[in-house]
Amino acid sequence: MEKIDTSFFSKEREADLFVVGESVQRADARGHVTGQTQFYEDVTFPNTLHLKMVRSPHHHALIKNIDVEPAMKVPGVVRVLTHKDVPNNWYTILKLIGVGPDDEPVLPEDRVLFKGEQVCAVLAETEQAALEGARRVVVDYEELPPVFDVEEAMTSKPFKQAGTNYFVYEGHNCRRIRFGDVDKGFAEADHIIEHRYESSPIEHAPTETTGCTAKPEGSGRVTVYSNTQALYFTLDNMALILGVPFNKLRLVGGTVGGGFGGKVDVIVEPIAALGAMLTNRPVKYAYSRAEEMQVSSPRAAERLYIKDGVMKDGRIVARKITLYVDAGAYCRHSTYGTTKAAAHMPGPYSIPNVHVDAYCVYTNRTPSSAMRGFGVTIGDFALESQMDQVARHLGMDPMELRLINAYRDGDTKAHRKTVDGAALVEVIQAAARQTGKELAPRFAAMSSYQREA
Amino acid sequence: MAWLSGRGVAAVNYPTGMNLGGDPSQALIHATTTGGFVITLSSVDLGQGIKTVGAQIAAETLGVPYENVVIDTADTDTGPHCMGTFASRGTHRIGNAIMMAAREAREVMMSVAATELEVDAGDLVTDGKGKIHVNGAPDKGISVVDVALAAHFKHGKTISGRGMFMKPKSEVVPETGEMDPDSCQAHACTVAEVEVDDETGEVRVKKLTNAYEIGRAMNPALAHQQIVGGAWMGISHALYETTEPYYPDRGHGPTDFSQYLMPGPGDLAEMESVIIERPASNGPYGAKGIGEMTANSPIPAIANAIFDACGVRVQSLPITPEKILRGLDSLREQSNPTH
Repeated sequence: MEKIDTSFFSKEREADLFVVGESVQRADARGHVTGQTQFYEDVTFPNTLHLKMVRSPHHHALIKNIDVEPAMKVPGVVRVLTHKDVPNNWYTILKLIGVGPDDEPVLPEDRVLFKGEQVCAVLAETEQAALEGARRVVVDYEELPPVFDVEEAMTSKPFKQAGTNYFVYEGHNCRRIRFGDVDKGFAEADHIIEHRYESSPIEHAPTETTGCTAKPEGSGRVTVYSNTQALYFTLDNMALILGVPFNKLRLVGGTVGGGFGGKVDVIVEPIAALGAMLTNRPVKYAYSRAEEMQVSSPRAAERLYIKDGVMKDGRIVARKITLYVDAGAYCRHSTYGTTKAAAHMPGPYSIPNVHVDAYCVYTNRTPSSAMRGFGVTIGDFALESQMDQVARHLGMDPMELRLINAYRDGDTKAHRKTVDGAALVEVIQAAARQTGKELAPRFAAMSSYQREA
Repeated sequence: MAWLSGRGVAAVNYPTGMNLGGDPSQALIHATTTGGFVITLSSVDLGQGIKTVGAQIAAETLGVPYENVVIDTADTDTGPHCMGTFASRGTHRIGNAIMMAAREAREVMMSVAATELEVDAGDLVTDGKGKIHVNGAPDKGISVVDVALAAHFKHGKTISGRGMFMKPKSEVVPETGEMDPDSCQAHACTVAEVEVDDETGEVRVKKLTNAYEIGRAMNPALAHQQIVGGAWMGISHALYETTEPYYPDRGHGPTDFSQYLMPGPGDLAEMESVIIERPASNGPYGAKGIGEMTANSPIPAIANAIFDACGVRVQSLPITPEKILRGLDSLREQSNPTH
């Protein structure tokens, strides 16, 4: 168990508490380890239909025709849903908080924008029949050249039904942070240190794949048993897509076998509920492991260019960051994550001149979305690799370089928020202490409360 | 050929919550006839333990035993609104909502107790063990059970409370990026020790030493599970995982766990962590979010340790044996160009 080091911030942390701060046993531990916890899949109904998707084999193609008749001939197939069945087919998940435009179809109309995109939904008595039905649907495609590289996408022909290959932030092609004057900072700096960092998409890898069962009720409502991370978010988006009053829907969930951000999209619920409404039967739509890995949104790949102007004494006086978030084919939560990434820059350091251009770029790959540390994790990999490269360039101790630049209470961040509750200095001091590293007196005496004269 | 040792450092901060669209969560609390308390939410427990921490916060604020609190979640027919479980927001947002609801319920509970005891409510305290008594006079008291019974059957009162937390939407200034996107910042520093096999490019993470500043450790065992689980994910992100191994090329995507590699229990590093508490002024009992951050500092710390060990700076994730071997080859090429 972790020790709590009470020597830091001892006055502030004083409190007379009796149960907060105690390691009471997790409320769900016994149920989990004895297999008694109820997950959405443990709620079953007779007469349930299974939903399997026909998926695009192409990264980018026009849909010329969809022939569902061969699927309907498969014994057990009950219905095939296409975009024509979806009341409000176009949506974007963040429209509830005012983000637009609607850039994603529930089921595509004239084109597919990534390999694995859902094209039409086959409902059948058994999973086997649904899979067989999905295999029999004939879709005529006209393949188009895909774009996979974020920087290439910025300048290549727009591939979406409408709009550019990047999200537009209030008239700008990127989310901007402008603080001080980086050019002046670079001109004054003793050293310029510039590097490129990149990541690849990452899967959430939950134990339980994304899924739901939608059940029509005698009252005319639909109850959806789901493992979403956000019940109301799902409910509200579903109501908009299905064009039904919000109180026609009920979401039940709350116990999830691993989320990590992978279950905040709203993909399985609307189409399952639509199936339930059109057939008046319960419909289950659950991702296979392969779908979870290749079709469900991963963590976005990012590319960052970091240029630092650094003084001989270790002070970073200017930092310019160009950041690309690979949103894949649709917006989902990426516009939000890109803003979060921009706000995080230039890391927990007080740098007087900061310039950030953060682009949310569309490519012909699986749309990325939220994942643990959304907008920050990959930025931290880049920032902290960069700090190490700066320290080595100057021949400085990596902890001391960080302490020299660490933000303190009262500093102004690049996004113009005043710092309070800072503790970067102290976690570095604590880590030094734990590893038996002796910090020079100047660094051992530092505090987040104020900057030393 | 040899195993080369190296050490790397990384330090990070992490925002609690993200309110670019407003970031609300609500909670309802009511007492049962016999002094149990039910918290009704629509929040989701992903395994991080919001049910447990939420009940702790309610018990602390109400001044009743933890065992008396039940959390009912998540059903949109009964639970009030919650934005969702993400952005390291649960303990902070939902915790604040629960605290507010518990305060309101506590006020009713104390006023009923005061009527029963014929004293002023302001003179009463809770002992956290199921009893309410006059401050300084433990004998002059009444059990929470009796207070609840009296409320229900004698006074016709509901011991209940409504709570909500909302940070209003922050509009971003398009030209400068001025914004107020979060409620507080948690902090972490990781020192990674690794070994790199210069023949195969394999990396072993030997030890992670961490310091985390998280406002307040509401439940140290749950903080521990976040720290260990997050570090495991960090090791995995640094060295193993991707759905597109040759990004931006789309080929060779894994479709199951035999192709999508992650470290097993034997690949977990030795961990030594310490927690620091600098309570957040706006957090419930000072809590900040710890959830997401724990995966972040290990990744660059491992990357920096790999450089320290073998001189190869890999600037793209994941840091696979292939990338390390290519880096070692090019170092050898530079030092011995005629070879």
